[in-house]
Amino acid sequence: MPVLIKSLNKEFTAFLSGEIDHHSAPRIREKIDSHLNREKPERLILDFSGVSFMDSSGVGLVMGRYKNALQLNCSTCVCGLRERDLRIMKMSGLEKLVEFR
Amino acid sequence: MKKITNSFKMALPSKSINESFSRVVCAAFVSLADPTVEEISDIKTAVSEAVTNCIVHAYEEKNGIIYISADLFDDNTVRIKIRDKGVGIPDIPKALTPLFTTAGDDRSGLGFTVMESFTDKLTVKSVPEKGTTVTLVKKLHRK
Ligand SMILES: Nc1ncnc2c1ncn2[C@@H]1O[C@H](COP(=O)(O)OP(=O)(O)O)[C@@H](O)[C@H]1O
Ligand SMILES: [Mg+2]
Repeated sequence: MPVLIKSLNKEFTAFLSGEIDHHSAPRIREKIDSHLNREKPERLILDFSGVSFMDSSGVGLVMGRYKNALQLNCSTCVCGLRERDLRIMKMSGLEKLVEFR
Repeated sequence: MKKITNSFKMALPSKSINESFSRVVCAAFVSLADPTVEEISDIKTAVSEAVTNCIVHAYEEKNGIIYISADLFDDNTVRIKIRDKGVGIPDIPKALTPLFTTAGDDRSGLGFTVMESFTDKLTVKSVPEKGTTVTLVKKLHRK
């Protein structure tokens, strides 16, 4: 399972794990999006602690979820990124839109 | 003149499952030069970007062959070539611009930017309708 989901008081955490690339991203995306649309949370937390590899597909994944969440008035936060993955995320300027912690 | 000390070639179908396969193969090859863990990760990330581009852009998620070749040199640099016979890139400087993408849906437009930042040299050669060759060069420092 590439993503585990925990929902608590309008806060929805997706625990990503393994490798995020163009091959694995669609399943992760679908799982998060269907949950977003169903539960309408106020805050989406993407937890990358379990991620062992990502390329720019990880950036696309966060960008896309941020946009969808925004449509539902839901804020997005990303946590648990390794140093190098944070570096890749920051190339996109996403830190202006999404909270990284 | 620097000399090639080792090399490999492979050709594989443009299936997304081969993104992880090709980055692991390149990481294993580079490991022979005793690089740092960080350098192996850099190679994996850069190769993953180039191979993904063949699958997504060059062959537009249809069948095609991706050609990967790599050489290690006696000065501990590695050169990896990723080649496709896909649609080609009409405007290379534009394609290299950060955040530029021709595919919507969750592409970030950062692939080339990532390849540039995780290697020492990126070269892109392309002929529209004929294909594209991406060359990555990186100096490895023995751990
Ligand atoms: N092998 C390729 N064949 C054809 N077009 C390519 C290839 N690689 C990259 N491109 C073009 O360059 C653009 C930028 O690539 P990249 O920086 O990896 O971003 P992304 O893959 O997210 O679009 C792509 O959107 C595509 O138009
Ligand atoms: Mg790309």
